[in-house]
Amino acid sequence: MAGRQRIIVAKPGLDGHDRGAKVVARALRDAGHEVIYTGLRRTPEQIVRGAMDEDAAFIGLSSLSGAHGHLFPKVCELLRAAGMNDIVVFGGGIIPEVDRAALYQAGVRAIFGPGTSTAEIIEFIDQASARSCGVGASEDWHWQGM
Amino acid sequence: MALVRAKIGIGKGCDVLDRRALAKELSAIEDGLLEAESAQGLIIAITGAPGVGKSCLIDALLHQWAPSQRIAILAVDPSSPISGGALLGDRIRMTALDDEERKDSIYLRSIATRSSSGSTPYIVSDLSSHLLARGFDVVIIETVGAGQAEIRCAAMAELIVVVEGPSRGDGVQAEKAGLLELADLVVVNKCDLAGADVVANQLSISLDLDIEPPTVLKVSALKGDGIEHLAKTILALKQRTTSEKARIRERIMMANERRFLAAIDLDSAIDSIQLGQATIEEIMERSR
Repeated sequence: MAGRQRIIVAKPGLDGHDRGAKVVARALRDAGHEVIYTGLRRTPEQIVRGAMDEDAAFIGLSSLSGAHGHLFPKVCELLRAAGMNDIVVFGGGIIPEVDRAALYQAGVRAIFGPGTSTAEIIEFIDQASARSCGVGASEDWHWQGM
Repeated sequence: MALVRAKIGIGKGCDVLDRRALAKELSAIEDGLLEAESAQGLIIAITGAPGVGKSCLIDALLHQWAPSQRIAILAVDPSSPISGGALLGDRIRMTALDDEERKDSIYLRSIATRSSSGSTPYIVSDLSSHLLARGFDVVIIETVGAGQAEIRCAAMAELIVVVEGPSRGDGVQAEKAGLLELADLVVVNKCDLAGADVVANQLSISLDLDIEPPTVLKVSALKGDGIEHLAKTILALKQRTTSEKARIRERIMMANERRFLAAIDLDSAIDSIQLGQATIEEIMERSR
């Protein structure tokens, strides 16, 4: 493993289902990372401020409500505006295939849908830690799966 | 686009801090890459068993204290002794962090215990003094959910507030030695639930046998009952003189643990013992 990371796991917007987010948080914990779980119904501003105060290296966003197209890019924009260009953003939940290109374009580096193994998410964290792929990086790399 | 304000203390006539820079400094101190600055000031430990409502109570207090006080919270949760990872969940309850009027006077940092033992890792002592040096009026340490013997917070906090709740065992629990003896104040939270009166009475009767009995206050962090009074009481609190010996004891134990963990890479020591390449005696010898 590429070392311990501090990772925010957050649920942006009006979405009350956090089973998936908790499973991911737990898997990252068991992989040796320090996971800060923010709870439900957070605004992008609250999530970015949390990442700032906690000195997180990653933000994982979970959305099942269909608002990912607005909320995920908003988090990326706020991070860049605050100069937090090195933070890596990834997402999960119910994200239709047709929406994904726009999210990658906005700076999201991985999208994990239903059925993803937790091992894959852990592998993404390790690989992303080793390259500079924060929201402000010029590189347009994104995770292609294992 | 609404910018995330990256400053602490806006419009308060005091030093304005860069939140991100502060967060990076705390990380560097935690990783042993930066020496903490030292300063005097009020450090309050809020401790008690898991689930008694420490986070919720701290949030209710923040609504009383901020923005007139600048407050930093170090919220400690346990690291896994197996994977080394941690799930830090204390931010969930902190609604004061989202309050427009208060959020620029509050800084909360989640801390994992990492290799340290007990309910308050020694690094919290360094982080607390650094935060005071950066201009915070008060540092609140929220310990890991603590049992009767977990009193390490006495090594670093000036005041110890022990939080209790209803339905936590029979009256004999109130008679047992340990954490309660060090409390400068005892708070029975969840007083909106049945059984809180009984617990508060049992604690009062038991503690009244002490030389300097601490006050027992009943509150409900959820409903707000008794919170205003509690907020004032804590800031006017005096340390119990009877806890001096225990505080020195914990400082010695903390210094010993700090020295040991600086001398030994605990993870590789564990690996080498597990693989039969070293014994505990050899590890102890190496740490000298």
